[in-house]
Amino acid sequence: MAERAPWPGGPLADYRAIAGMWVRASLAYRASFWVMTVGGALVTGLDFVGLWLMFHTIDTLGGFTLPEIGLLYGATGLGIGVADLLIGSVERIGVHVRMGTLDTMMVRPVPLLVQVCADRFQLRRLSRIVQALVVFGWAAWSVDWTPSRVLVALMMVVCSSTIFFCLFVVFSCVQFWTSDASEFANAFTYGGNTITQYPLTVFPRELVKSLTFVLPLAFVNWYPCLYLLGRPDPFGLPDWLQLAAPVPALVLVAVTALVWRTGVRHYTSTGS
Amino acid sequence: MTGPGLHVAIATRAFRRYSTYRAATLAGIFTNSVFGVIYSYAYLALWDQRPHAGGYDAGDAVTYVWIGQALLMTVAVWGGGTTDDLAERIRNGDVAVDLYRPVGLLGWYLAGDLGRAAYHLLTRGLAPTVIGWLVFHDLFRWPGSPVAAAGAMASIALAVVVSFAMRFLFASTSFWLLDAQGARLLGGVLALFFSGMMLPLVIFPGALRTVALALPWASYLQTPADIWLGQRAGWGLVTGLGLQLLWALVLLGCCQLVLAAATRKVVVQGG
Repeated sequence: MAERAPWPGGPLADYRAIAGMWVRASLAYRASFWVMTVGGALVTGLDFVGLWLMFHTIDTLGGFTLPEIGLLYGATGLGIGVADLLIGSVERIGVHVRMGTLDTMMVRPVPLLVQVCADRFQLRRLSRIVQALVVFGWAAWSVDWTPSRVLVALMMVVCSSTIFFCLFVVFSCVQFWTSDASEFANAFTYGGNTITQYPLTVFPRELVKSLTFVLPLAFVNWYPCLYLLGRPDPFGLPDWLQLAAPVPALVLVAVTALVWRTGVRHYTSTGS
Repeated sequence: MTGPGLHVAIATRAFRRYSTYRAATLAGIFTNSVFGVIYSYAYLALWDQRPHAGGYDAGDAVTYVWIGQALLMTVAVWGGGTTDDLAERIRNGDVAVDLYRPVGLLGWYLAGDLGRAAYHLLTRGLAPTVIGWLVFHDLFRWPGSPVAAAGAMASIALAVVVSFAMRFLFASTSFWLLDAQGARLLGGVLALFFSGMMLPLVIFPGALRTVALALPWASYLQTPADIWLGQRAGWGLVTGLGLQLLWALVLLGCCQLVLAAATRKVVVQGG
């Protein structure tokens, strides 16, 4: 992707232009837009309703109270929400491969990843972010805020969005090889979101280790939230992990760039 | 070809149609299994705190999770299946052709959906069940008797019919709203919550539990799972299947009424 955009502003301006067009298109059917927006918030919000219903019969889950779990839930929801809003369309790579539209995109003077991500940009995905923010805001009352905790919270949102961003791209790249396996990515993106909605204490130690050192989902919310709550690591892992989120996020960005390039290079058109 | 032979042919073609997406099936099995593992551990944490919540023990709870993952696509809890084709054909007007075929439209789409469900049961139903049994073999529970096994199979078949009728009704809103996306999303949300997919209905609090167990969505997962687990045996098994059958008939009746009304509307539009 060495090609340059022909006008100043670069990839970000390209992204804004394409996304803006899709926003105007989606607002053409206003009623439908709002129904889908509210419906989307309901779908994701049900996860938390489920947790809340669980707490009718219990006081703690894995040693964590409902507000503490709300903090975890809100943080991962924000991360995946931002990533899903900005680049969720990358899931449709397989469709582009099958329909041949990827060829059209490749000859345009805009980076391919920008086009794939901005294609069919859906503003209604904001609903997930809003819904996660509401839960996070509610749960934030239980945090004893200090300047350093505010900083860690901000870092957490940036890093978790970045990590989910990378997972969306990396696992969508599988579709360069098998174009109809889009659901494979869901195990890691939405599955990652689901697993981090729970305190990791409910999972076996080996699983938590692999979520720390192999697929760094534990940095999406678990370690930063332990810092926000002032809790020691229940698994006895070192405390510095609670501040380390930028490291796995940056490593993942590098891996993602590599995988994406390999995927694009491997791509052969289905066209006749 | 007429009568049952035709509907079997439709179901067989639908089965084959879905079986062409092999990579998608494998990817789906993998994803269902990942979610199965996540929910199993979450439920184990819950049952660790309250060992007999909803009359289930930890083994029941884990098995329930895997039955849920097995039925997610089979029963099309979220939506999808042949009713999505119907919604699209209503939107673009092709449904007029369907309505004037010398075959009942409801039976046509139901046969197709049963073929689809059979494929999903054999792949995305069976595989996660086996994986759940392998991963949680000391907790996972197969049906305790031939009656429970046969009852669970009958219950799953009824679950598909109830779900089909419900999806058909939501898709039919296209006749009036033209764009049924909103209605279908709403249908998915209701099904997700009231089927027991999100949380077993048996641990819902108080009146909500009573209401949820009586609604048609309980047929999707809660009833088949309870029969599988032996929570519903004897008379309880009969009433469980009976309620499913009742909902299937009532909802299919509603589908016929909606179709009759819609047919008149399509004729007026076309005339």
